[in-house]
Amino acid sequence: MSRPASIRRAPLLTIYAGLVFMFIYVPVVVLILYSFNRDGVGGFPPRHFTFDWYKQLFGDGPIWDSVLNSLMVAAASVAVSLTLGLLAALALDRATFPGKALFRRLVLLPLILPGIITGLSLLMFAVFAGAQLSLLTVFLGHGTALISVATTEIFAGLQKMDRAQEEASLDLGATPWQTFWRITLPNLKLSLIAAGLLIFTLSMDEIAVTFFLIGRDNTLPLEIWGRLRRGITPEINAVSTLIFAVSVGLIVIWYRVRTRGLGNEAQELLERP
Amino acid sequence: MNSSAASSAQTASPSGGVLLEVRGVAKRFGARDVLKDISLNIASGEFITLLGESGSGKTTLLRLVAGFEQPSAGEIWMSGERLDSLPPYKRRVNTVFQHYALFPHLSVRENVAYGLRVKKTSSSEIGGRVDEALRMVKMQEFANSRPSKLSGGQQQRVALARALVNRPLLLLLDEPLSALDANLRKQMQSELKALQRELGITFLFVTHDQEEAMALSDRIALLRNGALEQVASPREIYASPATAYTAQFIGQTNLLRGEIRGSIANCGVLRWPLDVPDSLAIFSLRPEAIRLCDGGVRQSNEVKFRASIRQQLYGGASELLEVDCGGGQLIRVRISARGPLSGELEFVFSISDAIRVQE
Amino acid sequence: MYSRAYKTLVSVPPLLWVGLFLLLPYALMFAHSFWAVQDQTIVHHWNFDNYLALFSKPVYLEVLLRSMRIAASVTLCSLLLGYPLAYYLSFHAGARKELLYQLVIVPLWVSYLVRGYAWKTILGSEGVLNGFLQYLHITHEPVAFLLYSPFAVVLVLTHIYTPFVFLPIYASLEHIPRPLVEASQDLGASSAQTFLRVVLPLSIPGLLAGATFAFVLSLGDFLAPLLVGGASGTMIANVVQSLFGAAYDWPLGAAISVCILILIVSLLFLTERLEKRWSFK
Repeated sequence: MSRPASIRRAPLLTIYAGLVFMFIYVPVVVLILYSFNRDGVGGFPPRHFTFDWYKQLFGDGPIWDSVLNSLMVAAASVAVSLTLGLLAALALDRATFPGKALFRRLVLLPLILPGIITGLSLLMFAVFAGAQLSLLTVFLGHGTALISVATTEIFAGLQKMDRAQEEASLDLGATPWQTFWRITLPNLKLSLIAAGLLIFTLSMDEIAVTFFLIGRDNTLPLEIWGRLRRGITPEINAVSTLIFAVSVGLIVIWYRVRTRGLGNEAQELLERP
Repeated sequence: MNSSAASSAQTASPSGGVLLEVRGVAKRFGARDVLKDISLNIASGEFITLLGESGSGKTTLLRLVAGFEQPSAGEIWMSGERLDSLPPYKRRVNTVFQHYALFPHLSVRENVAYGLRVKKTSSSEIGGRVDEALRMVKMQEFANSRPSKLSGGQQQRVALARALVNRPLLLLLDEPLSALDANLRKQMQSELKALQRELGITFLFVTHDQEEAMALSDRIALLRNGALEQVASPREIYASPATAYTAQFIGQTNLLRGEIRGSIANCGVLRWPLDVPDSLAIFSLRPEAIRLCDGGVRQSNEVKFRASIRQQLYGGASELLEVDCGGGQLIRVRISARGPLSGELEFVFSISDAIRVQE
Repeated sequence: MYSRAYKTLVSVPPLLWVGLFLLLPYALMFAHSFWAVQDQTIVHHWNFDNYLALFSKPVYLEVLLRSMRIAASVTLCSLLLGYPLAYYLSFHAGARKELLYQLVIVPLWVSYLVRGYAWKTILGSEGVLNGFLQYLHITHEPVAFLLYSPFAVVLVLTHIYTPFVFLPIYASLEHIPRPLVEASQDLGASSAQTFLRVVLPLSIPGLLAGATFAFVLSLGDFLAPLLVGGASGTMIANVVQSLFGAAYDWPLGAAISVCILILIVSLLFLTERLEKRWSFK
């Protein structure tokens, strides 16, 4: 397909865009580079290449404990947020009840409010309920804050879905329950996966809300935070680089899933009158 | 147009016993009356079409029969049992949707098998019936394809098979051909007609295309603003339209407005003897009923008039002339093609072809 | 089409959860703002003192204003960086659009903390940037204001939020039908005129969404100041944080939080109105 006429050459814009790209990537590049630098995180240029920091990282027990904690919280958050988000999206799409408008805004609030507000409110609630701060409170915080991510994503998926399919299913003799499992959920597959991946990443990464709900066991971000207070070493660069590598890996997987699923659906969208 | 005229304009349905009874059904959405007091009987084995413009209520009526909406008033009965109190999945009715609504995550075979599978039919029986249904619509070789790989016409056949495999008592078709291009449409029309004849299943078809309705149906139910305007066979509805709306909606016509006074019908320049009481009147005169006068003597049951040619639209087999009878009264005449015409010519039509219609 | 049982089943669980873990906590925070602290314990003695303190003691107002200034700077810079990037991708990137889009998204998946930390290592007096400048003999001494200043906070937050501003603007731009642009050019408008008269107005909903997001989240941010802000770069959220920490005064902290909340909600309300006015379907 040839370039439409509206795409013209724009050299200044291209350069500017390139500069913005560089700005976005500079810290990441520096981070990775200096994780291999023997002499620490500062100064220029980095001179001595070494894997020492990675070796130190692999022997660092507390970090891996915190990774495990983060994974557990993230997995639980995905489960809860997806389930509740799915229900909320269905409710917003199909049900009317008093306070629906308020409910919709309330669900979306944690997405737009600074984490400190949600975190502090939950802290006050925890104290009020006499609960001890722990990974459980962290999980409750993540699960609640991230419902909105699931709801938004799944709601968008519902809107894109062809309603007639559910009607066709009922028409052919399936009960509403059967229709949900055989038709609605499969159609939402992409949305669910997208939401799941996003919730997982956001939970692994979460600091603001976690900050106020953490007990004795640290999540990974909070463990790193604690280290930063004590002093900066390239070991932190090393763990950050690993986090980056895993994130990129996840994106690649997501991209594969999406384009494979999208291939079929894109075709169908083209066919539809 | 009131309902008494509509019910008097309903002709008896063909033999086969009554399958579906729509009794005084009305549907209201908010403040809008989409359907008003509809009563209609559908005979077993007939091909009946709900015809109307968008907003006439035809799709709503279909959805009421399918079960996706509930009537605001009235009842629907099928085979002597109450239908409207049943949810869609308990009705012996299946639908072919306008945009097919095929399940994208299932293959063609699995789509067609869906209705059988949810009712826990045995696998062996499913296999046989699905193959039979696919053969009926000539889609056997696509059994393992995904819907997204099929063209519009192919998807439509699969949708048909998916509905028919369940052996419904009544098949609902919601403008299934509107998305196809002209040639494919004509082809699918004749296939659908043949299929219905062969299977003997009752078809309730919805369309806004009057040519399609006339070609396919045993009977046409013309809907206008939520009420039945006329229910009759295509030939009857064409030859004897009950109202001016019907006359204009189905085929083309000239609406002659005038009055009857002293046993003479007066419509502008045209006048002819008509032995009925004095009153205002509207007549429907089809363009093909008017001929070029070739100089013969006027018969007593004919009307002659002179008119000048304003426009000539060539249509291959025929031409449509727009002629001025004098004083700006324009009439459309359809004649077989004979080359360009001009000037003033003489035309003639039979009095019996001027059908009196209601407003 | 959906039975009452179905609708009840899907509405009740999320309503319950959200009511318990969202509504109730926010209500508690609201309640706390009217209480007081006495001898290191919270006393349920209803009063307006906290709010009065906010408006009478200049220090709080000062920090709040600084926070708003920082948030505004971040929003402006993010827009200046994010909008042209989105425009480039949407109108000039051609076949590579999808790939470049993914490339912009990727850094979002790197932890905020990690990116903030990276800037810390870059901006410090012994950091990478200073080392770089000295290596090239552009400077001979470390430049001090780079780190532990409002400048550093703005820089880090801009870095974080530029992709977030990019996303809705890009979506908005993609939604503009290309025939509109072609029609404008056909009628004689130059690229600049087409941009100002057609593209920009149609992209305003996305722009507002992105800007609101950047402003609101920058305003309530406490991490960037802790990492790179130093004493001069403290923001209002840090004040709240310390009130919940060392300077134990939960009611006052709650009061400030409520004020921030009201500020943000009003802003959201306003931009929602504006977005509606500027969205042409």
